[in-house]
Amino acid sequence: MGNKQTIFTDEQFEAYQDCTFFTRKEILQLHGRFHELAPHLVPLDYTNQPDVRLPLALIVSMPELKENPFRHRIVEVFSEDGQGNMSFNDFVDMFSALCETAPRELKTIYAFKIYDFNVDNFLCKEDLEKTLNRLTKGELTPEEVNLVCSKAMEEADLDGDSKLSFSDFENMISKAPDFLSTFHLRI
Amino acid sequence: MERDSVFHNDRLGAPRNPLLDELPSYQSLLYRRKPSASGSTKRRGSSRTRLGSSSSGKWGQTTVARQYEEKHRTQTLQRPVRELPKPMAEKRRDKDQRLEQAKDLSSWSQWRQSTRRTLRRLKEDGFEMLSNLELWRGDIHVIEGMFGTGILSYFSFLRFLVLLNFVMFLLMFGFVMLPIITAPHASGNTTFNHVDGFECSNYPSTSRRGLVVFHQHITDLLSGAGFLEQTYLFYGYYKVETIHFPKFTYNLPLAYLLVTIAYLFLSLIWIVKRSATGFKRKLVQDEDRFQSFCNKIFAGWDFCIVNDSAARLKRSSLLYELKTDLEEERIKQKIADRTRKEKCRIYVIRLILNLFVIAVLAACFYSIYIATNFSQKAQMTKVNFILDLIYEYLPSIVITLANFITPLIFSLIIQFEDYSPAFEIRFTLMRCVFMRLTSICVLLVSLWGQITSCQEGNCVCGYNHILYPCWESRVGQEMYKLMIFDFLIIGAVTVFVEFPRKLIVDYCDCGLAKWWGQQEFAIPQNVLEIVYGQTICWIGTFYCPLLPAICTIKYFIIFYIKKVTLVNNCRPATRPFRASSSNFFFLAVLLIGLALACVPVTIGIAQISCSQACGPFINYTTSWEVVPRTVSQLPAGARTFLLAISSEAFAVSLFVITCLAMFYVIALAGAHKRVINQLREQLVMDGRDKRFLIQKLCQAQRTCAIRSTGSGFQSHSSDRVSPSYRSNSGVFLVQPPPDSATHV
Repeated sequence: MGNKQTIFTDEQFEAYQDCTFFTRKEILQLHGRFHELAPHLVPLDYTNQPDVRLPLALIVSMPELKENPFRHRIVEVFSEDGQGNMSFNDFVDMFSALCETAPRELKTIYAFKIYDFNVDNFLCKEDLEKTLNRLTKGELTPEEVNLVCSKAMEEADLDGDSKLSFSDFENMISKAPDFLSTFHLRI
Repeated sequence: MERDSVFHNDRLGAPRNPLLDELPSYQSLLYRRKPSASGSTKRRGSSRTRLGSSSSGKWGQTTVARQYEEKHRTQTLQRPVRELPKPMAEKRRDKDQRLEQAKDLSSWSQWRQSTRRTLRRLKEDGFEMLSNLELWRGDIHVIEGMFGTGILSYFSFLRFLVLLNFVMFLLMFGFVMLPIITAPHASGNTTFNHVDGFECSNYPSTSRRGLVVFHQHITDLLSGAGFLEQTYLFYGYYKVETIHFPKFTYNLPLAYLLVTIAYLFLSLIWIVKRSATGFKRKLVQDEDRFQSFCNKIFAGWDFCIVNDSAARLKRSSLLYELKTDLEEERIKQKIADRTRKEKCRIYVIRLILNLFVIAVLAACFYSIYIATNFSQKAQMTKVNFILDLIYEYLPSIVITLANFITPLIFSLIIQFEDYSPAFEIRFTLMRCVFMRLTSICVLLVSLWGQITSCQEGNCVCGYNHILYPCWESRVGQEMYKLMIFDFLIIGAVTVFVEFPRKLIVDYCDCGLAKWWGQQEFAIPQNVLEIVYGQTICWIGTFYCPLLPAICTIKYFIIFYIKKVTLVNNCRPATRPFRASSSNFFFLAVLLIGLALACVPVTIGIAQISCSQACGPFINYTTSWEVVPRTVSQLPAGARTFLLAISSEAFAVSLFVITCLAMFYVIALAGAHKRVINQLREQLVMDGRDKRFLIQKLCQAQRTCAIRSTGSGFQSHSSDRVSPSYRSNSGVFLVQPPPDSATHV
């Protein structure tokens, strides 16, 4: 794969280490994975910061994301144009925000964005139903879906406007014990 | 113009009101925004942007908005750049900005910042190196990917126990065995305990003489008797009183006793520390909800799963959980609707079944007692190889059988008791835990009954010196046998039950195979198995100092056995075990085991007279006596201090202070809960206020716009009118619109 030193300059490594939760070795690993997705498009040498974006379809075919029911939303949220076309910076960002050492607040913000399907900064009932359907792939009956969503809304909605704002979501997630252990990607 | 969209906004009470963007609560969040062409400073927001906006640009740089930006910037300055929810390019810009600002600071703070950065970098590299050394990291990663975090917690629990046992072994080795081993090399003079012609101190040698048949060696190895009895393995070998090194004297009995107490304390502290995080989280959770729906929807999917069959299983287990929760709700409703007659009936049934459970437990304990007595008597006479082994292992066999049958009985009975599903699981588990751990205690009680009962009624030496010249070694041997048998059973079940089951289910097409189904990795039963082993280790280490080493090796091998059987034979349980609650459960059961283990050890040390033919405590009546004797030889100051600490006055005052502290903390917790409830109600009220005000505002703006367009002064008046809105803060009370008659 070539001499490690020529993929990124030292300055770039510093910047990456400051802006993400990764070490040098992990950043190189990530670059390797990014390159694997499209060897003809992604250059090995990133010293002059080429602007290469990979489409959504390629990114969601990664083994880490392949089985995830929210993979499209994740890639859309972290891509700069909102359509799912990721540059390497976006790619590193995604894994950094979802890594084990990322703090809870950061993950909560991104979780909110991921679950907000209609991007209106609220989690309304339709968002919840879509989330539930993605999770169970339509195995629940519509009444059951409705019941579960209304119960969840009841639990989390504090200001009574029948949708979850970010503060409702944050409060609810702080009481959800599994969040930190499940909401992370391993590279 | 864009801002007119608010005026002409004819969606009544629409959820999307651009005014909401100006609210301070939204401004305190940073959202990703579309990178504008003109650079980073101009903030352009539009309600139509896909990614949402947090801008105040539409309304210009209002003073309050600017204030919030400042506060925001200072807030973000305190957080490291990597924790900001911004895209990479902006984080870099932020970092450069901060570096620029940092240049304005004095050289001292610059130096401090750069050292902080290098230290942090070093710490990260150090952690990375340490985590590479972590035991079984790769294996656990694979398991997590295939089976999720529930089963992962079992394996990390196993790893924790390996480490704990290894540390216990190091303690014992370092303080008890190492001095004895190095004494001749370090020119130390070992004084052994006197063995005078007193009848209690007669200890016949147990090593076999003459021509020894090979299978007798195997019997000795498996039962700890024969050639193993007079080795470092058992208590009886440590007949040392003091070791005189050139510089100091080493009091071995004291060291032996203190190491025992030390390892029990160390285990307690380590377990409590490990369970602290889980316990805190459990307290934060709402008490009246078992597992909330929100937790399942938003934190239910395990993002680590990469395997497609594991994903399918996770989906079906989530489905199962949701259906179970809905069922719970239905049952809760049913319970609330029960009539009095039904309640009476249920309570009577529960009483009868609980009595039945107690009867079953009593029967098991009695059979263990009988088996132990029989085994002890039968060990006196040797018949032949196989029968001897069976008699030796009779208590272990009975305990294992009881532990196999009773969970089946319990899970059958609980169905008739009509509890909610969640409570059923917990209650069955509690019963199984009780059964497993108490069976060891019954074994020990029956053993001690044997040891302290003599033919003449009152024992001369305090114990039965004819049958048990060195009773501690005998207890150590029983613990050793329990441990070996436990290990053999785990291995045998894996090889002779689980692998054939997989083969039968895969290749045989009969109905029986289909009904039996593939093996499930039942986490609770597996956890109970290893907690049982660990309890034996804690009890037995005093009598068999090398037991932690054996335990370490045993758990090491069990890790690989379980991993192999998991990967090859098992499918994940349909009734999933959540990682969060499971960590707490494992450590709680382990604590119960530790508490239960402390009781026999304490009684053995303090109550029963130690044997006078072997071991370090020959010159003392009980093992504990070495401590008062040492204290009486200390210098006066230390002696008075220690006596003061152990006096009743100190104990009572400590107790009173602890009670006061506990009451204070309980009162504090109650007060906090009340405050939380008040705040929650206030939040609800504030939310309603907010919506009410926004609706009023929209109405007022609409009437104002209609009036201004209706009076003919279109853009002019709206220009006049809107600045008054623009120059004030985001949400504010509506000013009465200027009278159209007076407005020019």
